[in-house]
Amino acid sequence: MSGPSTYNPKPGFEKWLDQRLPLPRLMHDTILTFPTPRNLNFWYTFGGILTFCLAVQIVTGIVLAMHYVANAELAFNSVEKIMRDVNYGWLIRYIHANGASMFFLAVYIHMFRGIYYGSYKAPREIIWILGVLIYLLMTATAFFGYVLPWGQMSFWGATVITNLFSAIPVIGPGIATWLWGDFAVGDPTLNRFFSLHYLLPFIIAGVVGLHIWALHVPGNNNPLGIDVKTPQDTVPFHPYYTIKDAFVLVLFVIFFASFVFFEPEFFNAPDNNIPANPLVTPAHIVPEWYLLPFYAMLRSIPDKLLGVLVMGAAIVSLAVLPWTDTSRVRSNRFRPTMKWFFWMFVVACVVLGYCGAQTVDATIFGIPAVWIARVATLYYFAFIFPIMFFVGLFETPKPLPASIAQSVLGKSEGGDK
Amino acid sequence: MRLALRISLAAGLALGLAAPSFAAEVSTRREDKPAHFEFETLLGTYDRAALQRGYQVYKEVCAACHSLKRIAFRNLTDEGGPGFSVPQARALATATRVVAGPNDAGETHNDSGEPLTRTGILADYFPPPFPNENAARTANGGALPPDLSLFVKTRRHGAAYVYSILTGYGEKPPAEIKVPEGKHFNPWFEGGSISMPKPLNENGITFSDGTKATIDQQAHDVVTFLAWAAEPKMEERKRMGISVLLFLIAFAGVLGLAYKRVKSEYALK
Amino acid sequence: MAGTTSDSGTRRDFIYVASGAMGALAVGAVAWPLVQQMNPSAAALALATTELDIGTIQPGQQVIIKHRGQPLFVRRRTPTEIKSAQSVNVASLPDGLARNAGKDAALPASDENRVIKTEWLVVSGVCTHLGCTPAVSTAAVLQGAHGGWLCHCHGSDYDTSGRIRSGPAPENLAVPVYSFMSDTRIQVG
Repeated sequence: MSGPSTYNPKPGFEKWLDQRLPLPRLMHDTILTFPTPRNLNFWYTFGGILTFCLAVQIVTGIVLAMHYVANAELAFNSVEKIMRDVNYGWLIRYIHANGASMFFLAVYIHMFRGIYYGSYKAPREIIWILGVLIYLLMTATAFFGYVLPWGQMSFWGATVITNLFSAIPVIGPGIATWLWGDFAVGDPTLNRFFSLHYLLPFIIAGVVGLHIWALHVPGNNNPLGIDVKTPQDTVPFHPYYTIKDAFVLVLFVIFFASFVFFEPEFFNAPDNNIPANPLVTPAHIVPEWYLLPFYAMLRSIPDKLLGVLVMGAAIVSLAVLPWTDTSRVRSNRFRPTMKWFFWMFVVACVVLGYCGAQTVDATIFGIPAVWIARVATLYYFAFIFPIMFFVGLFETPKPLPASIAQSVLGKSEGGDK
Repeated sequence: MRLALRISLAAGLALGLAAPSFAAEVSTRREDKPAHFEFETLLGTYDRAALQRGYQVYKEVCAACHSLKRIAFRNLTDEGGPGFSVPQARALATATRVVAGPNDAGETHNDSGEPLTRTGILADYFPPPFPNENAARTANGGALPPDLSLFVKTRRHGAAYVYSILTGYGEKPPAEIKVPEGKHFNPWFEGGSISMPKPLNENGITFSDGTKATIDQQAHDVVTFLAWAAEPKMEERKRMGISVLLFLIAFAGVLGLAYKRVKSEYALK
Repeated sequence: MAGTTSDSGTRRDFIYVASGAMGALAVGAVAWPLVQQMNPSAAALALATTELDIGTIQPGQQVIIKHRGQPLFVRRRTPTEIKSAQSVNVASLPDGLARNAGKDAALPASDENRVIKTEWLVVSGVCTHLGCTPAVSTAAVLQGAHGGWLCHCHGSDYDTSGRIRSGPAPENLAVPVYSFMSDTRIQVG
């Protein structure tokens, strides 16, 4: 679909450069003329939004690192100095802190969109796997970043998460000690987490490059899930999609900014405004909201090792979706049965998130939250494996439209130049 | 107003994922008093006069046990803060003694073993009442009076919490609560027994601006002051937020028109 | 593909141009805090004034204090040093300007334009060549040919008024804004 380049450089510098380093050609072919299905909807703008989020986190993060001190004695104070004394430090930190939540919100929408429209299916398996990898790197980066302010939640979050590794038989305790560089979370831990927190975003950026590269081989999937057949099915990426993406991006930034300026501590656990104290655990330990579903899975399983394995499997098993899904049809628009299972999957994830935020002994409508989380965890895995497998085999999909152009433009063929 | 904002923001979360704030917690304390503070509203600012009175309450009452180590005298003159003039703040600074560096002879303590001090300057942070944690505990029956710089931000609705605690003394404890010796009954405190004795008294201090110093008034003012201490850039933040949002909405409007235009030209013709 | 120049004309163009302009404005507005954050913080600015007790400094002695992170020379000059500073022909100096932040920038580099009280010379301890700290002359060890300071990095020679006399430094040692709070106490900055 990307096909041969139509780039025709202007004589002079552009041509000179193109013959030596075809950067203008790459830009031209990927941003300006790239043929894109004409029926991409609102949900397809989140890829661009995510690129924006990554850029915001990297830029604000580099700036924060100019003022932050990765030392257990000084970290909390340095963050407070950023908030109080550094010029616009409060703004930059609040953007970075809320930016993490925005990044995850966008990535979840992006992932659910991919699942709904079957974007992981052939020939886009590698795009999907790279995406899962990006998500995994994001969770690691977010975790390391959350430790850096060295508040109570930072410290105890780090303690709990690193202790997960001690569940591994035989070598587990050794691994935990190795991660800490001490006998508990401490100064060496903070220092190495800072190093990794600074490193990983650039690795994410690299994998995002691969993700987009892989995307530009088959081109975008679309809400109909059918292949592009004729040039009428597509429009050049610019200006239609550049403007559309920019429009939705600004709407997203409005949402983002309303947190930064008017409710900046909304996503923050108040306990993290207390400096880390290794002698006192806060009454209620919760991870950031975007990790709550996995946290609920962990807590719902009474066995330490099994809980850790299930939590890890929840992310990793997403990578096999392209093969557990047996349906020939991509988009859930044409999968009347699967659509229901999909929405139940969304609900299961939300329910898991809700359960993860509760105290261990909480009940919801008289039912222990732990049991609700167990059912939801079970459904989570059931969806990825048997449901994907069997529904694909037995479901009768609705008839697919003949082409994107026909579906979008109605009966009249042709139309656009 | 704040509630409405919270609800709309929460609803805005496309997936409705639960923020940690919604976590249900089992509590043995009485629900916060419905105290309202102007600064908690969407565009609200700190009441300047309340901040100045609140500083007085902090200085004359709280500072006996609680440090406020992230606030410097210079901050009292900051925009969006209590709005003291530079000479006023300097006078407050010079009225305090802060621990000095070694003198020319290299001594850090005088002959009676006390640390050498010097007159405070604007850049100095508020000196703590106790030199270290152990000293603070010893002087307070084993309990550590927390630093108040960020205290209002250490729990959701921290302002109402602090207000409730400060005004929550005086009731007789119910039979099922045993208040240990040296502790005090306060039903707004987790467990009901608090180490801090009743800090505020009717007309316990004399406000320099002539405001009647009721317990409520003192509590309200000092909570305002502590909320500012925890979030000193709030006014600048909200002010900038308005401009940013107005700009973004206009930007979105223009892009919306551009999108409509390009859509009719490219995608759906 | 971008250039579909059909009928619609100015309104459409206006919208596109307006979008681009607002985008550029947004980027510019974001750049401002990102640049400003590197300037000295409020805490650094608060320490921009330094107070010093000069009551114990003996004639011929200098003290070096840290002011805004850099050395500042406070020298109590002997009558000989004062006389040698005052007797220089200003026209013969490499840098003819007083370089006194507390006074008019155009004043000539006479000694009286560089001090408040002749006994006290307060100058920045930063060589105007490349920022090293010059070494001070004492009765025991002379530094340079003029009894003032010699910068050992590249040989800039300053006299007892802190003026450059020879060597690569282009300007006289800068005099900061300072004032006498009392006979024995000065405030710098």
